[in-house]
Amino acid sequence: MPLTIAEKILARHAGLETVEAGQLVICALDLVMANDVTGPPSIKEFEKIGRPVFDAEKIALIPDHFQPAKDIKSADLAKIMREFARKNKITHYYEQGRVGIEHVILPEFGIVAPGMLIIGADSHTCTYGAVNAFATGVGTTDLAVGLATGKAWFKVPESINVHLTGKKPKNICGKDVILTLIGKIGVDGALYKALEFTGDGVAELSMTDRLTISNMAIEAGAKAGLFPFDKVAEMYVARRVKKTFEPVNADENAKYCSTVEINLSELKPVVALPHLPENVKPVDELGEIKINQVVIGSCTNGRLEDLGIAAGILRGRKVHNDVRCIIIPGSQEIYKEAIRCHWIDIFIDAGCVVSCPTCGPCLGGYMGILSAGERCVSTTNRNFRGRMGHVDSEVYLASPFVAAASAVLGKIATPEEVIGYEN
Amino acid sequence: MKIEGKVWRYGDNIDTDVIIPARYLNTFDPAELAKHCMVDIDETFAANVKAGDIMVGGKNFGCGSSREHAPIAIKASGVPVVIAASFARIFYRNGINIGLPLLEIGDAVEKISANDVLKINTDTGTIENLTTGDIFHAHPLPGFVQEIANAGGLINYIKAKN
Repeated sequence: MPLTIAEKILARHAGLETVEAGQLVICALDLVMANDVTGPPSIKEFEKIGRPVFDAEKIALIPDHFQPAKDIKSADLAKIMREFARKNKITHYYEQGRVGIEHVILPEFGIVAPGMLIIGADSHTCTYGAVNAFATGVGTTDLAVGLATGKAWFKVPESINVHLTGKKPKNICGKDVILTLIGKIGVDGALYKALEFTGDGVAELSMTDRLTISNMAIEAGAKAGLFPFDKVAEMYVARRVKKTFEPVNADENAKYCSTVEINLSELKPVVALPHLPENVKPVDELGEIKINQVVIGSCTNGRLEDLGIAAGILRGRKVHNDVRCIIIPGSQEIYKEAIRCHWIDIFIDAGCVVSCPTCGPCLGGYMGILSAGERCVSTTNRNFRGRMGHVDSEVYLASPFVAAASAVLGKIATPEEVIGYEN
Repeated sequence: MKIEGKVWRYGDNIDTDVIIPARYLNTFDPAELAKHCMVDIDETFAANVKAGDIMVGGKNFGCGSSREHAPIAIKASGVPVVIAASFARIFYRNGINIGLPLLEIGDAVEKISANDVLKINTDTGTIENLTTGDIFHAHPLPGFVQEIANAGGLINYIKAKN
């Protein structure tokens, strides 16, 4: 029977020849991941089970959400995870100064690899679908059981075929692709399902684009957002992944529950208006929306290419007087490379705040909390009510192109309004 | 489990950021989380909810973050069961895993209003709206997922298997 990527990876990890959508399976896990918010309660549940960790090399504990500690309680959370990591000799625990945002560093360090099955106590664990891994977010109890047993149960999802064609224009990146898709299918459009990206358009997308797209699969309710293993993926993992791996591509005639067509060449810069990621509109249809803050970073858009896009727009320009612009490289490596490229100079000369890697403002943790009535254009992934601060603040999700252009003009803007682009 | 309680009614796409905002995630103490449950969309909930009251939402209830703090905050508020048209996937797993029954009833949820009194049998999935007289049946849990629910959650289920 021809299989989708999701079906193949789950079958392999369940020790089965084949599986079909809807089937319940118990699978062996290749990686179990948590952060400083979800790790400590997972550790507490894990201790109730009364077993040792299943494999200290297959666990990643990443203190990125509220660290460096924003307050005493957050310092306590980091301490619980640090002590657990030491006691259990967890290979992939990274201390502040070496750590970055979980979904940025795990691919960058080559810890996630094609064909792997991964659970993470963070909903954006689906990011690793870009690297051809079946990766999905779980809660703390599933994670605790994963830590103890190295196993988890799954209902094999149906897959939606997201068929990409055309070439993306120069002012478009992965963020516009995924926001456009969520705008089409809605925040529950892929509920209980996997997204699988297919078609000639896939080859047009960089790994940064793919990581952004897979990252926000959960914003359509999806369990995973899977890319095939092609030349782009091969080049990305070749430099990073040291262990052997088994990439997975879908069979011809694999069964999809539906198909969504996206022609990349027709895409326009878009934003998701408050308070749902499905409220997607082209920027040029918005009229004037003045803003107070811009955030460029996060597990969605905190990679080198994203910072390069922002630097290209901010070079020789100033952030608007009414705007605070906060830039957060996703990892120490990205931070260093941005320094080498003189992009950090550009950001600081433009009047931006540059922070160490952290999830900070994305979830209203710290480093850019909004006051009542304030508006923020953000390259992050959620614009729920109160997500970034006060319940009466507003978050507009956008690409780094739109975010940087908006920082300069003090209103939501297309990159063309700041800098000319020829396609 | 048989439950009779008053309904707190919410809409579609109730996300985990409103169930428990991230500013309260520097602790995972259930009683502390319960103090702030739903605060961003309903300031009256935490102060007025009574043990046995029932939470009812629309489609895609619990979307967003994987934070198990969300179903824990609801459970620690004294709410023994949540009913919705549909649940977001991670929230659904989390509810089952911590022993908070979640009943999915599709569009029938539109026949439940705020302050209605419901009588629920979580074992059979039968929901009786005592205010209107309507009776609904929730979709049953598949295979061993029902056994996890019966065990009161995943940790109990795993320990029993040891």
